[in-house]
Amino acid sequence: MTESKSSLIIPGQSPEDATPSCWSCGTMRAVHFCSSCGKVQPPVPVDYFTFFGFPRKLNLDTSELEKEFYALSRRLHPDVFGQAETRERAWSLEQSSMLNDAYRTLKDPIKRTEYLLRLEGVELGEQSKQATEKARATGELKKQVVPPDLLEEVFELNMHLEELRNQKKMGEDDPALLEEIGKAKLSLEEKYDALFNELKTEWNKWDKSVDSGTEEDRRKILDKMLDVLNRRNYVRNLVRDVNEVIGNL
Amino acid sequence: MSSDSIVGIDLGTTNSLVAYMQGDSPVVIPGEDGLNLVPSVVALDENNQIVVGNAARKYLIETPERAVYSVKRLMGRGVEDIQDELKLFPFQLADDLQSGEVIRIKLGERTFTPPELSAFILRQLKRNAERFFGAPVTHAVITVPAYFNDAQRQATKDAGRIAGLNVLRLVNEPTAASLAYGLDKKKHGIVVVYDLGGGTFDISILKLHDGIFEVISTNGDTHLGGDDIDNLLIAIALDDIRGDLGLEFGDEVRRSGEAVARIRRAVIEAKIALSSQPKAKLDVDLPGGKKYQREISLEVFEQMVQPIVDRTVGPCKQALKDAGLKPEQIDEVVLVGGSTRIPKVRRLVRDLFGREPHTDLNPDEVVALGAAVQANILGGGSEITKEMLLLDVTPLSLGIEVAGGVTDKIILRNSTIPASATQYYTTQVDGQTNVAIHVLQGERELARDCRSLARFDLKGVPPMPAGMPRIEVKFLIDANGILRVSAREQRSGKEAEIDVQPTYGLTDEQVEKMLLESFDYAEDDFRQRQVIEARREADTILTALAKGKKNQAWQELTTEERRNVETLEKALVAVKDGDDYHAIRGGIDTLNQATMHLAELMMDTAVSTALKGKAMDEADTDLEDVPQVGHPVAKADFE
Repeated sequence: MTESKSSLIIPGQSPEDATPSCWSCGTMRAVHFCSSCGKVQPPVPVDYFTFFGFPRKLNLDTSELEKEFYALSRRLHPDVFGQAETRERAWSLEQSSMLNDAYRTLKDPIKRTEYLLRLEGVELGEQSKQATEKARATGELKKQVVPPDLLEEVFELNMHLEELRNQKKMGEDDPALLEEIGKAKLSLEEKYDALFNELKTEWNKWDKSVDSGTEEDRRKILDKMLDVLNRRNYVRNLVRDVNEVIGNL
Repeated sequence: MSSDSIVGIDLGTTNSLVAYMQGDSPVVIPGEDGLNLVPSVVALDENNQIVVGNAARKYLIETPERAVYSVKRLMGRGVEDIQDELKLFPFQLADDLQSGEVIRIKLGERTFTPPELSAFILRQLKRNAERFFGAPVTHAVITVPAYFNDAQRQATKDAGRIAGLNVLRLVNEPTAASLAYGLDKKKHGIVVVYDLGGGTFDISILKLHDGIFEVISTNGDTHLGGDDIDNLLIAIALDDIRGDLGLEFGDEVRRSGEAVARIRRAVIEAKIALSSQPKAKLDVDLPGGKKYQREISLEVFEQMVQPIVDRTVGPCKQALKDAGLKPEQIDEVVLVGGSTRIPKVRRLVRDLFGREPHTDLNPDEVVALGAAVQANILGGGSEITKEMLLLDVTPLSLGIEVAGGVTDKIILRNSTIPASATQYYTTQVDGQTNVAIHVLQGERELARDCRSLARFDLKGVPPMPAGMPRIEVKFLIDANGILRVSAREQRSGKEAEIDVQPTYGLTDEQVEKMLLESFDYAEDDFRQRQVIEARREADTILTALAKGKKNQAWQELTTEERRNVETLEKALVAVKDGDDYHAIRGGIDTLNQATMHLAELMMDTAVSTALKGKAMDEADTDLEDVPQVGHPVAKADFE
């Protein structure tokens, strides 16, 4: 009657579990449920786009995604399997965690893009938030490439920030300097928004290339998207640094 | 397992409740005393028997070293985390506590872990439900604060198991409350649940959509609640006493468990009174015949509790931020938990979210009612619940320790659960067969600032050159918010073994042992209860007989009959204070039999007296006598 605590360990998901036909009635199975008897099926390792039955495209109707998410939740969530047999409960747990992971990733435009890049074998750079935080905590130097078009701006901003920090230590106050920094911040924020639009342009190119592009076209678009994402992360980190310095005043 | 035998339990810091779905609506199951709330108090009585709830409350004052309350604060925590608690609560830790061991609390001469103490409360609720249904209850949904971490959740689940319950689901308290509220209202919109209870604070923001209750964000503080207000008032009272009645006397009072318990009761009463009155009086008898008296105005009270109430603001703002919402976008605000009766709290919520909060459902009961709804859903659902589905989130990020003592977050807070993450590991030394993984929970960057959940040892990795093995470790947070882990070495396809060392928890074996002990204990418990009930029945019949002997009917019996009754009466008196249930039971039954004739005669007398037009009051007494004592004939039917 009682569940053993060793249930903390679940058996590794073996793809062998996933047979081409329904475990219950034997007809050919659909991805999540048997198309004939409706029973939940052992999960097969599929990508998040396939999980939702979507093409691997980046322009995505999020209200459609939400609708699908709710509909699948109603059929896959462990609550629905309260009375089911043990293995169906285990499959429901696996399937619904995958559903949630997939939904979380696809509904966010940046996470969706990063996911696609990883799916296509692109290694995401050191620009990620995680890498930044890790570097900060350990005091290690982070590999940080300054985007060339930002070089001059960043150089100036860093000088201003340094100056502000020094003034702060001395207890001085320079409204002109603050205004300079404020202006730089505003310009960065505009750049941040512009980069998102640039990313969307690449989305359109990608979606088109999925239908009718060459492998080489797609590679180029992927590289471009990686570049935009890296620049965008870089700008975001800069804005955060500025906010920290201003916030500490 | 039919759905109506699955109960919903609110295992609260101050009070606990059990509820079930009666047709279309959830209802709370009252205890034998007719009350819905079972105070979360556990005590050892004079006979070293565990008593729970209202019956245990008197021991808080009479023998404070044999009673414990607010155990929920200790669930899933280590000795080092509870130092603050120890200063404020009269918890007595076991003397022989080893480091790394689950804490044990002293109750008289015995010691219990927090899950065991909670299990006593759960068992009482189980018993109440069984009495109510007249059938065994084995399956339950138990609520936990949304902000409970993995260890606290696991401890709650363990408590359920020790109490002999199969815990089908742990549900977050604010989410449960939203289920109870959402039952009769088909609604769309954004709902905030503000839950300030006895010991915990939760804030949850939900999106309601066609029966789907999707939690968008949650935040809270598992050590913030009415208890903190009580402790503050107690501290102020103790300072007053030291000032007014002398330093030395004040310190004496501070050390006296009984005096502190009396002050505690008085401040709680004052706190409650101040929710509806402009002022309240404290009047406490202290040792040595001295008295502590003080009047508190609502204004002073609100000033005193301001810092505590303000601690709820940060989590509210964070939850809004995480949800990406502004207060104007909130459609409804719901108040849950006894502490939301405090007018100051209500004003704060209104100001924070810019709207009048809902209070239609009893804030003490709404969580249990919601748990009953979830129990119904898990049991297969009914017409009213079949469209309802709860999508909850994990309140805290899950991470693992990486080089440099840094937390690498792999599942972020507010992720819908079940949620999973896969990580790959390799070896650092040639031929290495074990890999250690340290699992953490929390938002901080450094591992030492996060909650250590467990250390996993992956064993049986096939010996290979360093860096060659590719071990896939899958972390999965289930629908209860509890972590599960699986691992497989990909090159060999071998499942790696995982050795789990929970940092703050009971091992499987410990829980099993406690479960077995609890059976013995329950057996003991049951026998004890039988004896007490039989004794009560014997007293009733003896009292009735004493009255009967004054009735003229007694004289109408034959000498033989009277002698027989008196012999049996003496026999029952002789056995009734012993512990032999069968002897007491037998004594009651034979005496019942022997007094049958007397009862009949009394009934006749009463009726004929009334008919003869005797003074009504006399007849009344006569008539009253008979049904009131149940008369000795009817076999007293307890339960």
